[in-house]
Amino acid sequence: MGRRTLLFEDADQADLTKLAEYERVGGYRSLRKALRMTPAAVIDELIASNLRGRGGAGFPMGRKASFLPKPEQSSKPSYLVVNADESEPGTCKDREILLRIPHQLLEGVLIASYAIQAETAFVYIRGEYLTEFEVLQAALEEATSRGLVGGNILGSGYSVSVVLHRGAGAYICGEETGLLESLEGRRGQPRTKPPFPAIAGLYASPTLINNVETIATVPRILAMGGERYAELGVENSAGTRLFSLSGNVARPGNYELELGTTLRELVYEIGGGVPDGRSLKAVIPGGSSVPVLSAAELDTPLDFDSMARAGSMLGSGAVIVIDDRCCMVQLGLRVAQFYQHESCGKCTPCREGVRWLVSILRRIEAGDATQGELDLLLNVCDRILGKCLCPLGDAAAMPVASYVAKFRDEYQRHIDGRGCPFRGSSSLEGVLAPVDQHHAHLRAGIEVPV
Amino acid sequence: MELYDEIQVIAERYPVRRSAVLPALRAAQERHGWLPPEAIREVAEALELTPAYCLAVASFYDMFHLEPVGRHLIEVCTNVSCALRGAEQTLQAFERELDVRAGGTTPDGEVTLRTVECFGGCSWGPVAAIDHRYREPVKPGDVAGILEELIASPALAPEEGDRRGS
Repeated sequence: MGRRTLLFEDADQADLTKLAEYERVGGYRSLRKALRMTPAAVIDELIASNLRGRGGAGFPMGRKASFLPKPEQSSKPSYLVVNADESEPGTCKDREILLRIPHQLLEGVLIASYAIQAETAFVYIRGEYLTEFEVLQAALEEATSRGLVGGNILGSGYSVSVVLHRGAGAYICGEETGLLESLEGRRGQPRTKPPFPAIAGLYASPTLINNVETIATVPRILAMGGERYAELGVENSAGTRLFSLSGNVARPGNYELELGTTLRELVYEIGGGVPDGRSLKAVIPGGSSVPVLSAAELDTPLDFDSMARAGSMLGSGAVIVIDDRCCMVQLGLRVAQFYQHESCGKCTPCREGVRWLVSILRRIEAGDATQGELDLLLNVCDRILGKCLCPLGDAAAMPVASYVAKFRDEYQRHIDGRGCPFRGSSSLEGVLAPVDQHHAHLRAGIEVPV
Repeated sequence: MELYDEIQVIAERYPVRRSAVLPALRAAQERHGWLPPEAIREVAEALELTPAYCLAVASFYDMFHLEPVGRHLIEVCTNVSCALRGAEQTLQAFERELDVRAGGTTPDGEVTLRTVECFGGCSWGPVAAIDHRYREPVKPGDVAGILEELIASPALAPEEGDRRGS
């Protein structure tokens, strides 16, 4: 366990944004290998690897690819869609892949496209990632000019085009069906499932959707063989993963770890622990949408099953470290404000419920809440959980409920003491969330509430 | 190239033309600086959609401006990871130096300042984007220098905006 460089192997020694450098360290050899295999054999290799999706849901990638009908079974073309809409708070790992190993991502795109016999692959990249888009676009142009993308690639008879599509600022477009709606030119509101994208996805055609990190791992799996990849990590959590370490930690950054490494090792040995002589209060282990872990739970291994047993999730691999200066009511408020801002408005429990969470949390923080309102807060969480088409509502309710469960006396002290016990000294004091920001008109300086 | 023609080129990339709505709105915004009703109409006409449809799409996404904005845009992330590392203090430094509140535009129309949700720079925060280019980290002490650099650089006229995006 511990650090293990697989995805970023060679990335420290060479500028892998350049095709020549990438090829010099063995790049695009996995593509050549895949093109000599049958598409079904490529999928079998992915199944053997036990690679699970790195976007958050953790679904086995090879199995998902196997759900798509074969070209002869379907009258519609198949599509590959890469989810590069990284926006779960705390997560900045896919960005590093886009910036540093764009060709490895493209190679994965080409192999995965071949496996499902897609003629077109789309990469949906969040609109704010402008530099990242430019780096990937340059890599795509270079690969295209060398015959790696386009018609009859590498003389294999297989043709595929890759389209880079930029988003325009909406967290919900990271949800796969919201992404598909957005890619089809609509508001990014999630669809009902079933049908699942493998059967009716983009343009109602069979579609494989995977996260950037998942796809970038594919060339490594082809190179080393699925069975050998499966030996890395622990049971049900094969391989390595990128963890984005942020918050109150001495050495924040993206770290590639073998799955099963403990949170303690990441936060203390690799991340250098909590700086400024403060003590660790809590850790969010998988992005702001997952339940929090307390300092007592630091020995939990970072793998799918261990996190589930601890009542949380590996999510997007975003580990946010929180020290003792942070008020957990303010944390709940800021997290809920994010999801209120990003709710697409389609399902009532999410649209209305998350707004309720924000207003109750605001009253607790201000010292205006009664005892009954703390119960009401949890009641509203219950009324959101599992009652929406997509996980966004859950993403607000789960963390808030976990903050109350694990730091209940802190919530209680706000009510009993009629105010925040931190008295203005919390690290999140007064943070202005976009949902509270009023847009002022350019002219006349008249403020118009949104 | 006229916007109409630019949108036709964009639309050719997709099996279904409607998929070009987002890049087309972006192209229109780069020309106008924001999305006034005539920009929405131009996009609608080029893609054979209704203006109401295009406005409905545009209003869903944070990067489309349905109100005028300054010639420069400064965005500060105040989500959890950045906030734990002092994003609020960075934001306040911008507010002080620019003498404008977050969400507002300086009276001369030069700079719009706003807070945004997670930018994906969590390990290097606080993150601010200056005309869509990330700076990481931005501490309160960096703000004056960033603004000096910004004011010294020739202000982008909206029609000369960054067109590299698709």
